[in-house]
Amino acid sequence: MIQFVLMVNRQGQTRLSRYYQPVELTRRAALEADVVRCCLSRRKEQCSFVEYKDFKLVYRQYAALYIVVAVTDAENELSVYELVHNFVEVLDKYFSRVSELDIMFNLDRVHVILDEMIQNGHIVETNKGRILAPLTALDKMADS
Amino acid sequence: MADSRRSAPLSWTNKPAAKMSDVVEKTLTALPSLLSLDSQPGSAKLSSSSKLGNLIRGITELTSKHEEEKLIQRELVSIKEQVSSPNTTMRQMKELMVRAIYCESLGYEASFSYIHAIKLAQQGTALEKRVGYLAVSLFLNENHELLLLLVNTVLKDLQSTNLIEVCMALTVVSQMFPKDMIPAILPLVEEKLNHPKEIIRRKAVLALYKFYLIAPNQVQHIHNKFRKALCDKDPGVMTASLHIYLQLIQENPDGYKDLTASFVTILKQVVGGKLPIDFNYHSVPAPWLQIQLLRILSLLGKNDQNASEIMYEILDESLQRAEMNHNITYAILYECVKCVYTIHPKSDLLEKAAKCIGNFVLSQKINLKYLGLKALTYVVQQDPKLALQHQMTIIECLDHSDLIIKRETVELLFRITNAQNVMVIVDKMLEFLRVSPDDYTTIDLTGKVAELAEKYAPDNEWFIETMNTVFSVGGDMMQPDIPNSFLKLLSEGFDGVEEDRKLRLFAVDSYVSLLRGEPGKLPQRFLQVISWVLGEYSHLMEELEPATVLRLLERLLDMKQTSSETKSWVLMAMTKLCEGGASVAVAQQVSETYISSMDTVLRQRAQELQHLSQDSELRARVLPRDADLEPQEVDSSLSFLDGFVSEALAAGAAPYKPPHQRQEELAQAKALSLEPYGLSLPISMASCSIADRQSPTLLSISSGLSGDSTELSHKGGPTTLKLDGVKRVWGREGYLRESVEEVAQVEVPSPLRSPSQQAGADSSHSQTPTPTPDPEQDKQQLASSLFFGLSSQSPMCLMGKPEPTPNRFRRKTKGQGSSSSATGQTPSPLSSSPSTVDDLLGDDLLDSSIPSEPSVSSSTITLELSQGFTATAHGPCDVEAELADSDVKESNPSPSEDDGLVAADPAPHEDPDRPEDPCLSSHLPAELCEHGHSEITPLCTNQSLELSACHVQKEDSLVFVIFICNSSAIQQIQLELHSEHLEVSCVSDSPEVDVSSHSVTVYQYSLTVKRPSVHVEVAGMVSYQLCDGTPQNLQFSYKLPLTSFIRPLTVSTEEYGTMWLDFCHDTKQNLTLISDGEEPLTATLNVLKRKLQLGVVEVIGMEGILACQLLKDQPCLMHCRVHAGLLAVWLRSPVPDLPDCLIYHCQRALQGD
Repeated sequence: MIQFVLMVNRQGQTRLSRYYQPVELTRRAALEADVVRCCLSRRKEQCSFVEYKDFKLVYRQYAALYIVVAVTDAENELSVYELVHNFVEVLDKYFSRVSELDIMFNLDRVHVILDEMIQNGHIVETNKGRILAPLTALDKMADS
Repeated sequence: MADSRRSAPLSWTNKPAAKMSDVVEKTLTALPSLLSLDSQPGSAKLSSSSKLGNLIRGITELTSKHEEEKLIQRELVSIKEQVSSPNTTMRQMKELMVRAIYCESLGYEASFSYIHAIKLAQQGTALEKRVGYLAVSLFLNENHELLLLLVNTVLKDLQSTNLIEVCMALTVVSQMFPKDMIPAILPLVEEKLNHPKEIIRRKAVLALYKFYLIAPNQVQHIHNKFRKALCDKDPGVMTASLHIYLQLIQENPDGYKDLTASFVTILKQVVGGKLPIDFNYHSVPAPWLQIQLLRILSLLGKNDQNASEIMYEILDESLQRAEMNHNITYAILYECVKCVYTIHPKSDLLEKAAKCIGNFVLSQKINLKYLGLKALTYVVQQDPKLALQHQMTIIECLDHSDLIIKRETVELLFRITNAQNVMVIVDKMLEFLRVSPDDYTTIDLTGKVAELAEKYAPDNEWFIETMNTVFSVGGDMMQPDIPNSFLKLLSEGFDGVEEDRKLRLFAVDSYVSLLRGEPGKLPQRFLQVISWVLGEYSHLMEELEPATVLRLLERLLDMKQTSSETKSWVLMAMTKLCEGGASVAVAQQVSETYISSMDTVLRQRAQELQHLSQDSELRARVLPRDADLEPQEVDSSLSFLDGFVSEALAAGAAPYKPPHQRQEELAQAKALSLEPYGLSLPISMASCSIADRQSPTLLSISSGLSGDSTELSHKGGPTTLKLDGVKRVWGREGYLRESVEEVAQVEVPSPLRSPSQQAGADSSHSQTPTPTPDPEQDKQQLASSLFFGLSSQSPMCLMGKPEPTPNRFRRKTKGQGSSSSATGQTPSPLSSSPSTVDDLLGDDLLDSSIPSEPSVSSSTITLELSQGFTATAHGPCDVEAELADSDVKESNPSPSEDDGLVAADPAPHEDPDRPEDPCLSSHLPAELCEHGHSEITPLCTNQSLELSACHVQKEDSLVFVIFICNSSAIQQIQLELHSEHLEVSCVSDSPEVDVSSHSVTVYQYSLTVKRPSVHVEVAGMVSYQLCDGTPQNLQFSYKLPLTSFIRPLTVSTEEYGTMWLDFCHDTKQNLTLISDGEEPLTATLNVLKRKLQLGVVEVIGMEGILACQLLKDQPCLMHCRVHAGLLAVWLRSPVPDLPDCLIYHCQRALQGD
């Protein structure tokens, strides 16, 4: 089970957060700061999984951006690690050479993409074409 | 693509790796120009001067939290202004929502925008609408009331001709939807399962999955459609349905065994590359789908050899296929290995899986190493030898610089601990605790260390010292059951008086020296343990003067950081110790100080101390030393207070009312205050138990005067911890089992220890010093001590756990507690509220794999699948058996249709004639005759068959009897029963016999209530073949009142009290009283007792409490009180609807006649 997905930059600023378990708004900022601290303090050669409270964090760094996914202990960490990469590949395909700015200015679209991939903490679609289909259809509708 | 991190830049295919960081650098300095140059589809539309652009620029330029707050507050004000303006277009609204999402994701609430998000979803088009839905799903949680406003929008969009809108609606529905509104859209969603577009079908399946998660009952009827989705020609739809199946199979693996072959076939096709190429990820076909299928297979194959055999081949293939060097193949392999070790074992697969784990563990890639350790931890319980194979790697991992690797290794060691290696492993665990002292690890590891120490401790000294470390390190964070079980162990003893004495003596000795050191550094919980042990056992140490101990304890009282709870423990210990001149002086002095304390508990303890220290005779009686653990006689009815009570009553005091009555009156006083009722009681209970907790050794002197009797009755005051009757919470399953076994304690040769161990471990054990500095040798030695005992263990036990080693501390089998399984639920004296952490940990320890769920009872029982019958019925009719006092009348026929699949085994019968109704009763089986039956009523007839039925109320069941009179030569008669309220099961286990022609056959069914309703109904269909082979059927139904299922329930008033508090469904009504000369309450209750079979628990004055159960074991409690000429009835039950149905029957019973 995936608990939440975070995109944070090296400064620790949250760029995107999606929770699949209810977490109160007031607690989120502190939780995110904690999570980021956990991941940023780790060195390159260290494991990409880290224990945090009663769940595990799976994180992956892309340039200055970290994508952190919190999973329950029963989850297969490596498969989530690759899921993150798949997500980035999808973003890359959509934005053709994605950058942190794309993500910031298109927060809604990134969320739409993520919603296609993960629902209720489960991986629901991994086929790139199918993930992007609803969004590209929306874009076409807006253009016409 | 080897290392993940190296792979990262690769993914950005044709652009420099550092692009993103470059962009951020630029952002900070030259954002506007950069934006205008940007040709991205999304950002191009945003001018740099847009509000969103400003916000983003603002955010990226932030340097402090304070600035952020200022910026966001300003932003929120501006958003608020604009959203409520009537001139805002939907397009602007969309931008506003994105801005609000930003604010919320930084942790600032923008609740004013929620309603506008719903409006945007309603009124927007295309992306605007999508953003509206998105904002709703981000802002609101599943229980938010505003979500109701979304229902209409969703409904409209589901019916839209625009597929994109349908898609959006389905997406939001599968994210969140109000449970109660599911019926409103369910038909529409179901319809979408047949949609020509795969994406719609897929999303509909996901929406149904969501419904299943939040309201499983609502989608019960569409399980066959899930099967259709599983067989969908589109792999995406099939994949979506697997989520439902994983969930269903987790809950009831036995229900889906027939699908095993299908899942295997699907996996075969996926692995064999039969899916379209776009499902590949880095040339691996649908890896996440493979993982999902492997998870399902391991659930199906667990403890099932037949199912496992079907999957061996594909598992073998998966293990071989996945040789490609990529993370995702490793992820699949890991799942495969887990599956192989979960299902029924097959040796060559296990060998391959073991090799695979070996590759993982030995890998240079750290992520893989981690996964290898995790897999090893999972399988090592089945196959401890595997740990042995990798012992050197494990030793290396134990010293790994990465904490998570270390942590995983510690976890692995925990699983392979035995009596031989426990000292080394516990030492390693404590060592880890010292480097990683965060709360979760501390709670987790102290629990585990305590468990191991208790299970495998080689000697007293080691045990006490280890527990000392646990208490000091775990401090006030650790699970409360650790000190509890420790004290319990000490007080109950384990094996022989002499051993017990030594252990206690050692504990006393160890604690005295701790108190002489720096007690200020010890956590409160530990001090409480110390106080209790010293109070109880310091007399065992003859050379120790009680006065010395008292002075040591006194020091604790003087410390600033000592909590008042601890102080009360200390005072208690002092009370036990004050003997002889010097100690009495100390005691007097201490009690002087605290007798005027602001804390009432302390004040009471000080009073006790003062009185008891002066009166040694009384003290010896109240606190006998070496008291037997047998519970002392306690007058739980508090009869010694009778005099006091009657005096008080005479003086005008209000009579005692039980808590539920007080609550009821409170509720009546404030007409609408049903809610606080439920809440206020536990609170008052809690406050009572606090006092209890703080007086661990004494019957509280004052409580007899103030408390209420039910509470007090369990406060029996043995002079030691009140442990009897408390369930043994510690010693998890394995331990308790062993504790009963009589296994001789094997003296274990003391294992070799590395130099690092020697410092920490006890010094009393002599051992050969190992001064060699060679690190390699060190490791070898550590390995031999860590893995000691593993090699000598029984050969591979694949499915079971390795042979248990005898425990160091075997409990005396005493009382009911030690034999009952540990539940961890019962509060013991030391515990504060039971912590949830306990449960989590407990589960973790026992089984990290997927839990096997109890099977879900299906609504119908298929004894024999009948073929479809095409011919129509000759004339369905319906019989209604109404009336509270269970006689059956005939009523109008009405058609009923049912497709239940219950076919009964007919009971043989010999009578060749077609008898008349009255004769039917002679066919009633003898064992039923004695119970008396309802009138036998005809169900349906035609020229060849005649069906009648009655029901028999037995004490613990209700038997439904159907008579079939076959007056012609028709054959192959089959009977199916079906009911939405009732659980129908066949009683007669007679072999399947066809109803022979010209005879009467009796069928018996046992009925229990599934869902209460005022009247419950069984519907059925009898199908048969005419002589020429044409199939025919007849339908019927039979109605009976709920009261036929009511039986009296025998409970004591106290049990009644606790049950009352537990039940959550209730109803209240005023009923008419019956007055026929007798005292009205008695008369009324007698009627209820006679007609409805309610059991009267107790009648006090104008009040009565009654109890009954609905078959089977569904209790309902009734409290009634005569009030203003009416009977105020209050019913409570854990079963929804039961109180309402019952009150209806009470009403009928009292009005009727």
